[in-house]
Amino acid sequence: MPKQLVSLIIDGQSVSVPAGTLIVDAAKQVGIDIPVFCYHPKMEPVGMCRMCLVEVGRPVIDRVSGQPVIEGGKPKIQFGAKLETACTTPVSEDMQVVGMSEKARTGRKEIVEFLLTSHPLDCPVCDKGGECPLQNLTMAHGSSESRFKFDDKQHQKKHVPLGDLIWLDRERCIQCARCIRFQGEIVGDAVLDFFRRGRATDIVTYSEPGFDSIFSSNTTDICPVGALTTADFRFGARPWEMNSAASICTHCPVGCNTTLNIRREARSDGNMVIKRIMPRQNEQVNEIWLCDKGRFAHHFSASPDRLAKPLVRTGELVTESSWEEALNLAARSLVEAKQDFIVLAGGRLANEDLFNLKALADGLGGKAALYTHMGGGYLTTLAGVSMDTNFGEMGAGTSILVAASDLYNEAPLWYLRIKQAAARGATLILAGARETKLEKYAAHVIRYAYGDEAQTIKSMQKSKAGQAAAEALASAQNLVVLYGSDGLGLEGSASLAEACAGLLDMTGHAGKPGSGLIGVWPHANDQGAWEMGFQPVADLAAEFKNKLVYIAACDPVGDDPALAEALKSARFVIVQELFQTETTRLANVVLPAQAFTEREGSFTSGERRVQRFYPALPAFGETRPDFSITASLAQKAGLELEGTSALLIMNKIASKYKSFEGLSYARLAEVREQWPLVGRGDIYYGGAIYANTQGLGTRLALLEAGSLPGTKPVESKRPSESELLAIPVCKIYDRGVTVLPSTLLHPHIGDASVSLHPDTAVRFKVQAGSTAQLTVNGTAYQVKVLVDEKVPASVALLPRSMGIPINTPATISLKAA
Amino acid sequence: MSLTEKYPQEVKKILAKYPPEQKRSAVMPLLYLAQRQEGYATRAAMQDIADLLAITPTDVASIIGFYTLFHDEKEGRYRMQVCTDLPCALRGADQFLQELCTNLQVQVGQTSEDDLVTIEEVKCLAGCDKAPMFQLQGENGIEYHENMTVDKTLELIEALRKSGKEVK
Amino acid sequence: MAHILLRHRDIPDINKLEVYRKNGGFEAFKQVVTSMKPEAVTEVVKASGLRGRGGAGFPTGLKWAFMDNKNWPHYVVANADESEPGTFKDREIMENNPFQFLEGVAISAYAVGAHAAYVYLRGEFWQVAAFLDERIEDMEKAGLLGGKLFGTDYELKIYTHLGAGAYICGEETALLESMEGKRGQPRLRPPFPPSFGLYGKPTVVNNVETFTNIPMIFSKGADWYKALGTADSAGVKVFSLSGRVKKPGNYELPFGTTFRQLVYEHGGGIINDRPVKAIMAAGASSSIIKVDDKALDTPMDYASVRTLGADLGSASVIVIDDTVSIEWVISKTVEFFKHESCGKCTPCREGNYWMMHVIERMEAGEDVEANTELLLSVAKQMQNKCLCALGEFATMAVVSGIERFPDDFTTSSIGGGHA
Ligand SMILES: Cc1cc2nc3c(=O)[nH]c(=O)nc-3n(C[C@H](O)[C@H](O)[C@H](O)COP(=O)(O)O)c2cc1C
Ligand code: SF4
Ligand code: FES
Repeated sequence: MPKQLVSLIIDGQSVSVPAGTLIVDAAKQVGIDIPVFCYHPKMEPVGMCRMCLVEVGRPVIDRVSGQPVIEGGKPKIQFGAKLETACTTPVSEDMQVVGMSEKARTGRKEIVEFLLTSHPLDCPVCDKGGECPLQNLTMAHGSSESRFKFDDKQHQKKHVPLGDLIWLDRERCIQCARCIRFQGEIVGDAVLDFFRRGRATDIVTYSEPGFDSIFSSNTTDICPVGALTTADFRFGARPWEMNSAASICTHCPVGCNTTLNIRREARSDGNMVIKRIMPRQNEQVNEIWLCDKGRFAHHFSASPDRLAKPLVRTGELVTESSWEEALNLAARSLVEAKQDFIVLAGGRLANEDLFNLKALADGLGGKAALYTHMGGGYLTTLAGVSMDTNFGEMGAGTSILVAASDLYNEAPLWYLRIKQAAARGATLILAGARETKLEKYAAHVIRYAYGDEAQTIKSMQKSKAGQAAAEALASAQNLVVLYGSDGLGLEGSASLAEACAGLLDMTGHAGKPGSGLIGVWPHANDQGAWEMGFQPVADLAAEFKNKLVYIAACDPVGDDPALAEALKSARFVIVQELFQTETTRLANVVLPAQAFTEREGSFTSGERRVQRFYPALPAFGETRPDFSITASLAQKAGLELEGTSALLIMNKIASKYKSFEGLSYARLAEVREQWPLVGRGDIYYGGAIYANTQGLGTRLALLEAGSLPGTKPVESKRPSESELLAIPVCKIYDRGVTVLPSTLLHPHIGDASVSLHPDTAVRFKVQAGSTAQLTVNGTAYQVKVLVDEKVPASVALLPRSMGIPINTPATISLKAA
Repeated sequence: MSLTEKYPQEVKKILAKYPPEQKRSAVMPLLYLAQRQEGYATRAAMQDIADLLAITPTDVASIIGFYTLFHDEKEGRYRMQVCTDLPCALRGADQFLQELCTNLQVQVGQTSEDDLVTIEEVKCLAGCDKAPMFQLQGENGIEYHENMTVDKTLELIEALRKSGKEVK
Repeated sequence: MAHILLRHRDIPDINKLEVYRKNGGFEAFKQVVTSMKPEAVTEVVKASGLRGRGGAGFPTGLKWAFMDNKNWPHYVVANADESEPGTFKDREIMENNPFQFLEGVAISAYAVGAHAAYVYLRGEFWQVAAFLDERIEDMEKAGLLGGKLFGTDYELKIYTHLGAGAYICGEETALLESMEGKRGQPRLRPPFPPSFGLYGKPTVVNNVETFTNIPMIFSKGADWYKALGTADSAGVKVFSLSGRVKKPGNYELPFGTTFRQLVYEHGGGIINDRPVKAIMAAGASSSIIKVDDKALDTPMDYASVRTLGADLGSASVIVIDDTVSIEWVISKTVEFFKHESCGKCTPCREGNYWMMHVIERMEAGEDVEANTELLLSVAKQMQNKCLCALGEFATMAVVSGIERFPDDFTTSSIGGGHA
């Protein structure tokens, strides 16, 4: 129901806004800036800092008639004796707000003077200098002299590590509680709070480890002073020295919009480097937030292991070569292989890269496969979400089912936004074999045994908890289903996807705007690959045998050493990569690719939003964009592909694939005004977040769903008494090639570990904290044993990408080392 | 030992006071319980309370920090907290405190050499008509001592020292 | 006249349940529960003219009538935080006449349909809380609390809850935050507790003394009660008298009693028979009244005290004689408020800290005139900007002290006149 509009006058301007709007927001909508420190448009007002003082006049109401008193044809307005806080006062009909009067301005000036009595004014050495709300508002509203004696200032600790990612300068904090409220209200990790009171009030954390939240770095953007800084950036650069480029985060399927801040730096031999990653507003994707992985795990693009030149193998000898030589050799082998070749692509690649790889495979008669442990994606292309879904707007009427996914670890921003959707009244249902963080906010929890995923969804009504959940799903106006791969490999997740799509179908939600299926993919652009018809293959080893294998942006051998033998049995191996990996070491030709920071392209998020990223840094060494490498190779093998411009490839994608119809780089670059306003001169309002000026992206259209194709049910692995079943799970900070080069994150990555139920630990005679020997597929690994009541008995949770090859449930053996 | 193991009856009684979905209300009573033995809340106790109430240890710590009767550090076995606020001061409380400190050879905020009493200055305790007065915070909770003299106070301390228990 | 609130002064052992009942105790509660509709109970309280005794003097019946009947459950909370310097009346009532107070709470709970009531005591009242717990148990055993009260369907439980040393928790919304297990920081108002109180539910918050009036209003009638006191301030009040008087203590007197009567007839006059220099009628939160004959003869009721440029508040009368410097007095009050500022809002948090520093500089003899001027200006700068009344309270003594007693803020007078 649209809210009733209220009309009022702010500093002489008429404004009409929905009832309930706060004065500060109403003013902002007509371009009037009311200064704030504690207020933040994403959080509940608290009225603490008292900076937003205004004069407020209201119509005089006649006591007898209850009607406004009219004077000279207009309602008589009476102004209160006190200034009021614009951030806590909702608008009302015929209200008059004056922020420009002497009285209001004096009030603000006096508040600034109060704030500065405890602030060290160390702007020249402060990271926030140049983008500091306190600095700016002092210039705008403060007085030029303080009557407070400098010697009376309180001196406090200036370098307090709250955790290993965020530092606190106690002197600079102005006690606005934005950081505390962000962690409590928005994230639900209440790991920051005030300690003591009055002037002695401090920010503290008592979590173990300190400031234990994967969203911690957002507090540095919304802190209105330089009290909170990131360990990555502090003392790194001044805001005005850096250039910026719009980009997209590549760490998960959410597709958060980012801005890369770059600078030429002596410390890096005069090269351009990324100094920090900032959130770029996209209210449909990440709003104004980023997770810490997205912000800090960028160092891979400048990793010393980057490949700079093509490599060519002659026998055992690997040498650097020219592009010409390497491409000729690769192309010749490709032609010789005829149709006996397979292209294996990783979900890290851009749409344009994938398009060329697929075109090459199709054009020369080979096979194209997506390298992934998760299946079912073609169902998301048929029954996925469309234009009309936005987690940020979901509330009552929407049901959200999350099946077999630990969103906090796998897609942090979805976690954050779904948590808030639940707070707004959306019905959240979690189906999982183990407790995950999001469960706290769920209306219904369906617990199943590993192996029963698909069956549980199919026969939901049969259990008691399931029945209530099933009703909530069926009766929902909109139904969004997210499925993941917690404990599932390719087949299991495909089967689960089919069950979830079936559920959408059965409840009449399939193909409906506002509803749909979302895959919680392991990579940023898996969805794009599925949209272009890539499919995973069941048995990679068999696919490699005697074939030419062309691998791009994935490291199958690194993930599973058993594949080394298989790759050795291939007739020729071409690998296109950023770094040396276990897979490149077995290649005949290695072609060095550019990082996403060095080129342009687009990704398709799990919500099927296509978004552009832009070049930020010059190309590293002789590297080239993936799409252009593929085009050169194709050309030498006799197939014409577009290889010069990503833009032109997007046009081809749009004409070939129905769901991309009408898309173009220009469309993707379109922006609209978003609320709240951020990233302008008024950083005090939303924070240091960047405005989106380079594209909000566009959602793919829904294809005709028709009737959804089924998959054949698979026999899932279930733990049996005598064995131990290893269950692959995801951990946000893992040893993946794009994470590991960020040394800052190493304390969070830790060692390879296995989590067991206490009873299981007893059964296998291993102790919490000890090292154990774990054998999988005949290879033994050393792992740290973690014991946790929440782990189901008879299984061992084994994080993916932590050095132990595990993508699908597997029987293992375990003994004390 | 956890609080529930140590004081099962008390914990149950405290939790019963509040609606089950409002357990957080029990944080202050539980902190008093946690302080009973050591005179301050340990990190383990904070975690314990957090677990009981489904809040974070940071939430618990922030409560300790806000209220003056909660402590996160060990001090003397007794805290002798003398009111020197305006009404008491108008009746000689400042002088009383000073003389007491001189006699005990400590300064305000310090603990006697044998770790028995910490002398502190506090704000109004609602005993203004019976100044000089103080409260004694110890293992048996808080006791008021009013219309005091330095001699009577020294006697009280002596008695505490001897018995190891509070006396009236 | 027999006491109405401090009845223990007339009736020994009234803190024992049998004694209290023998003297008519719980008859009012029984009568109300068995024979009156809740709304009718509130009407009687309205008619009595009773105003809150916690400081603000808000009409009690009106507050109860504000309870939002669309949102349940309802709660009643007794404010026993009693932390205003110079106030010690609630403590005496709870220690000596506990059942009358608890009966008042019970009647209030019935009037607003609450089935749970909490007594929030300042943490220092540890022993009082233990004592009240026992009295509550006595009541439960006697069937005066619990289910099926007096054979009706009405049920009620009363619980105590201890604070832990924070003056701000006397402010009703901070008190509610504290009860919810959070830092005791005031909420934004509106909404007020009768629409959004404990756990977000409609809640009546009244002072201990306010509740203690209730039973007698029912046993003797609203008209009887109204006839005591003055037109503006009905009934009796417990005045907490402290400072430089010979006989400090609580005195229950009708509103309208003059300062002179309180100080000289009841308080026995001033120590060493010095003249009265100043009076703070509402504890440390008061404007300082400059005392002359006219002031001494002013009746103590809400309206009359206002004519002296001060408030009666909770009637904690601190008497200051001519041996005391007002500069020293405000150094004490500022120290108090600096210590008790919750830190939530900027002007209170920073202003009190700043004022303390200015006073320290003055006391060190540093440019007394200029610093006095600065102090006055900082105090005025805090006014009308704070989130709750504490910040305003902190400025009262400072502004009135400097403006009314300029002679105590000169280079030669600084440092003199400590009590
Ligand atoms: C800073 C501050 C401290 C207060 N302290 C107390 C107190 O200790 N006891 C009390 O009853 N009311 C206190 N009050 C008043 C309460 O907010 C509230 O008005 C009162 O409890 C209502 O009860 P009444 O209507 O019966 O007076 C205080 C108010 C403020 C602003
Ligand atoms: S650290 Fe920053 S955000 Fe947090 S309270 Fe202080 S100033 Fe505000
Ligand atoms: S106590 Fe009210 S604002 Fe600080």
